[in-house]
Amino acid sequence: MHQIYCPWCGFRDEAEFQYSGDATKKRPKENGSEEAFFDYVYVRENPKGWHTEWWHHVGGCRQWVKVVRNTQTHEIVATGKPDDKLPVPSAKKGGRS
Amino acid sequence: MSQKNRLPNGGTIIRERPVTFSFDGKSYSGFEGDTLASALLANGVHLMGRSFKYHRPRGCISADSHEPNAIVELRTGARREPNTRATTAELYDGLEAKSQNAWPSLKFDYLSFNQLLSPFLTAGFYYKTFMWPASFWEPIYEKIIRNAAGLGSAATEPDPDTYEHAHAHCDVLIAGAGPAGLAAALSAGKTGARVILVEENAFLGGQLALDHDKINGKPAADWIAEAEARLSKMTNVTVMTRTVLFGYYDHNVMAALERVNDHVAVPQNHEPRQRMWTIRAKEVVIASGSQERPMVFDNNDKPGVMLTTAVRRYVDRFAVAPGRYIAICTNNDDAYKTADVLRANGIEIAVICDARETASSVAQSAIDAGLPVELGVVPAKAHGWYQVSSLSMQRLDGSPYGSVNCDLIAVSGGHSADVHLVSQTGVAPVWREDIQSFVPDTPMRRERSAGASKGSFALADCLKEGHEAGHEAAKSAGIKVGKLAAAPKADETEYGPIHSVWRCPGNGKAFVDFQNDVSAKDITLAEKEGYVSVEHAKRYTTLGMATDQGKTSNVNGLAILAEARGQSIPEVGTTRFRPPYSPIAIGAFAGHERGMTFQPIRRTAMHRCHEKLGAVFVEAGQWLRPQYYPKPGEEIMAAIWRESDQVRKTAGMCDVSTLGKIEIFGPDSAEFLNRLYINGWKLLAPGKARYGLMLREDGYVFDDGTTSRLADDHFFMTTTTANAARVLAHMEHYSQVVWPDLNVHFCSATEQWCGVAVAGPNARTILDAAFAGAQDMSDEALPFMGVREFDWNGAKARIFRISFSGELAYEVNVPWRYGEAMWDSIWEAGHAHGLIPYGTEALSVLRIEKGHVAGNELDGRTTAADMGLGKMMSSKKEFIGNRMAHREGMVDPSRAELVGIKIAQSEGRLRGGAHLIETRNDTNTVLDPDASKGWVTSVGDSPQLGCWIGLGYVQGGTARHGMKMIAHYPLRDEQIEVEIVSPHFFDPKGERLHG
Repeated sequence: MHQIYCPWCGFRDEAEFQYSGDATKKRPKENGSEEAFFDYVYVRENPKGWHTEWWHHVGGCRQWVKVVRNTQTHEIVATGKPDDKLPVPSAKKGGRS
Repeated sequence: MSQKNRLPNGGTIIRERPVTFSFDGKSYSGFEGDTLASALLANGVHLMGRSFKYHRPRGCISADSHEPNAIVELRTGARREPNTRATTAELYDGLEAKSQNAWPSLKFDYLSFNQLLSPFLTAGFYYKTFMWPASFWEPIYEKIIRNAAGLGSAATEPDPDTYEHAHAHCDVLIAGAGPAGLAAALSAGKTGARVILVEENAFLGGQLALDHDKINGKPAADWIAEAEARLSKMTNVTVMTRTVLFGYYDHNVMAALERVNDHVAVPQNHEPRQRMWTIRAKEVVIASGSQERPMVFDNNDKPGVMLTTAVRRYVDRFAVAPGRYIAICTNNDDAYKTADVLRANGIEIAVICDARETASSVAQSAIDAGLPVELGVVPAKAHGWYQVSSLSMQRLDGSPYGSVNCDLIAVSGGHSADVHLVSQTGVAPVWREDIQSFVPDTPMRRERSAGASKGSFALADCLKEGHEAGHEAAKSAGIKVGKLAAAPKADETEYGPIHSVWRCPGNGKAFVDFQNDVSAKDITLAEKEGYVSVEHAKRYTTLGMATDQGKTSNVNGLAILAEARGQSIPEVGTTRFRPPYSPIAIGAFAGHERGMTFQPIRRTAMHRCHEKLGAVFVEAGQWLRPQYYPKPGEEIMAAIWRESDQVRKTAGMCDVSTLGKIEIFGPDSAEFLNRLYINGWKLLAPGKARYGLMLREDGYVFDDGTTSRLADDHFFMTTTTANAARVLAHMEHYSQVVWPDLNVHFCSATEQWCGVAVAGPNARTILDAAFAGAQDMSDEALPFMGVREFDWNGAKARIFRISFSGELAYEVNVPWRYGEAMWDSIWEAGHAHGLIPYGTEALSVLRIEKGHVAGNELDGRTTAADMGLGKMMSSKKEFIGNRMAHREGMVDPSRAELVGIKIAQSEGRLRGGAHLIETRNDTNTVLDPDASKGWVTSVGDSPQLGCWIGLGYVQGGTARHGMKMIAHYPLRDEQIEVEIVSPHFFDPKGERLHG
């Protein structure tokens, strides 16, 4: 059971959030190419280790929260607002959660 | 009623409180403080169950929750609970228990003839036997297997008890209140940290022998009592007994089950039977102890073969002599503690077989004390039927070493550190050759093990490690800690050497996994057949797959597999343990989420109005919506037909409150909608509504609805009932993440506004009367697709001239709490004008007649063009899904298109889900994707067309208008000839909209 730090509400239980996918993808500009949109819609990494994800705080403030989580250990090192640049640890690091 | 094996003195049972209970219909007596197993043993009952596969007679081998044999049904009727362990079931007056897996009785079990077949019932028996012919699988084999398999049977009536969920937070969570756990709780508690100490049993102390072990020079019982008293005075410490920590989850969350009222017949004072805890801990100390291993020798499963720690527990805690003349077989020092306890209670020891060839110091003192110790000797075979009567012994090389008479064989094949909880975190345990046990590896979570669960079996080490771990955990949790005081002291400072003999020589049935009846032979056979990986051998033989997760069998099984493979135990490795640590009732997981409280029921503001009118309700997600309003004696189909006909003749009213409603504000609202919907919004004038369609980013249709502009910077959106939450989340994503620069704000208003649709030729007259002129309803004041806000008796109301039925129609919204008042006003005003209420079924018939799409058509696989709405896609702007919607496959001319479907004759019924095929000859090949050219999505019995009609998707769509096809419904094997037509069945020019 994860505990996620919402930048607006503080530490909240995972049950209040809805996992909403990969946050490393940036939507192409409106006039972007079909290829760029194809990549945005369909192409995903499936990393074992650190990943940046969207968790939507649907049971709270309804803000989209960016979360850096380790898919192997479930450790969360950083959370932020959509525009925040969050540091992602190097691949090797990971551990206690 | 005599308790012939009850010792005259000692134990923690309450002799002043005798209780009566029954087992298999026979009445016995025991004492409060007993378990079912200890009370049965006190009464001389050893036979407690039959084994799973061979139906061999079995007694309890343990006194703990990892008991594999003594599995019973407790209580009767609705409170009957199968598969509970007699060794942990606390006794209460009137407890009724039954053995399982035996018919007609425990003593004369019909299926025990399986033993004679045992040469055939080996590993992989089911895979090898029930293979051919395939036609036998379901009708014959499954019945045989179902009949023979399984343990107890669940109660058939609903459980009358309640189960609760609760949450707790702490600095230090301690699993297990044995010596290590108690020491940890004391040292952590002293720092002021918030501590929760969780103990599975009803008592504290774990494996401590009350009168034998000495701590700080005093009997263990005194130390435990003192610890309990000190902990109870610490307000920062919570001690939870009868509670098992069964799961270790992410972010240091542990799940625990508290058996609040399993030790009484019926929970009192509205208390739950069980309570499931979610405990979030900063730091965890695992002090869950160890499990003693049985020895693997012929007939090692006879009733009366028992682990030495269990024998000690029965004598010491329950004052029960499980035998009067006991043989002890061991390969380590710990069993000598049992010998001491037996001796202190005057129970005779027939022999102590010690597998070690040289005497350890502990063994030597036993020899010096005159105990009959035989070194280098292991058990060969147990004799007796319903209880052990003698034991044959042998040297390590298998040469016979005589036999002794005995009524109980106490065995100790060494101890396995309890690595289950640590294993659940993903840490693979490592093998320690010196103590012959797996121990936890470096933690991945904020946890540490202490005492026996870490492989430190000597009492002094348990106390010291627990003491240090509690202090350390508090410190890591950020508590300011002082200097660590001295740890409690014990005499036992080392575990002593151990010599494992994994399979004592023999050719008979020697069991490894008692609960699943897996013998040593099954494991070696599996290895021979190629199941050499431990994970494969486990699944092939079912070793360790019973409810005890192989707590007593895991290490013995791996060791035998390792021997067969000629490898070491660490090379073979171990399987991973998973939650739950011990079996948990489904009711505890469900908690209050069952029956009426399973999920919320959403009722609209006008629910009582519908009830008064006799509505039949249908679930739409969590909503209850009126499906139809039958007249007395009226069938559903007749009611739907009448309602949909009457709306077009006079007028009908329908509750549309469940539609998703979103208020949108801000100067960039129009721009935002423009990007969201495929059609344009910038030119929509205030006071006007427009139908909108939105796509997903992948180009498929997402949702539709009517959205109105109330002011330049204020829109009001409606969504389908089903997609309301998804649309809001979708909009939030784009406004917060993708276009944060747009100045637009919105929130859900679904439950703030309730709505009624009034449709039919008399709609305007009725609303004029209902709202008494509060709003001018004329064409000039409120044209088609017009929207007005008005004041109705002090309430703010909105009226939308939109139509889903194709009739002159309005939707009126008022604040939620005025819903009933609005419904009643309209209903009363409508009396004189033929107004009827109509439900979701008639609503559906009316919209099918008009060819309007709804949920059935928006199945996530359709494009706007498939729905005939391709022209709505603006080419003058960008919108979500625009790029992806033009891909080759999305604009393929052979895609199925929306069409109307009308049965060719007036008789017969069309069914939703039917396939559209070209000729009757295709019905046999309908599963061939080429034969099916389309499918039927929605159907209704149309009063206007006088027959069943429907909507659907078919390849070639428009080109097929006027052509005949077959609607084939394989589930009922029905075929009916249909005509493909335009979806606009009725009033295609839309003249009726204007009244």
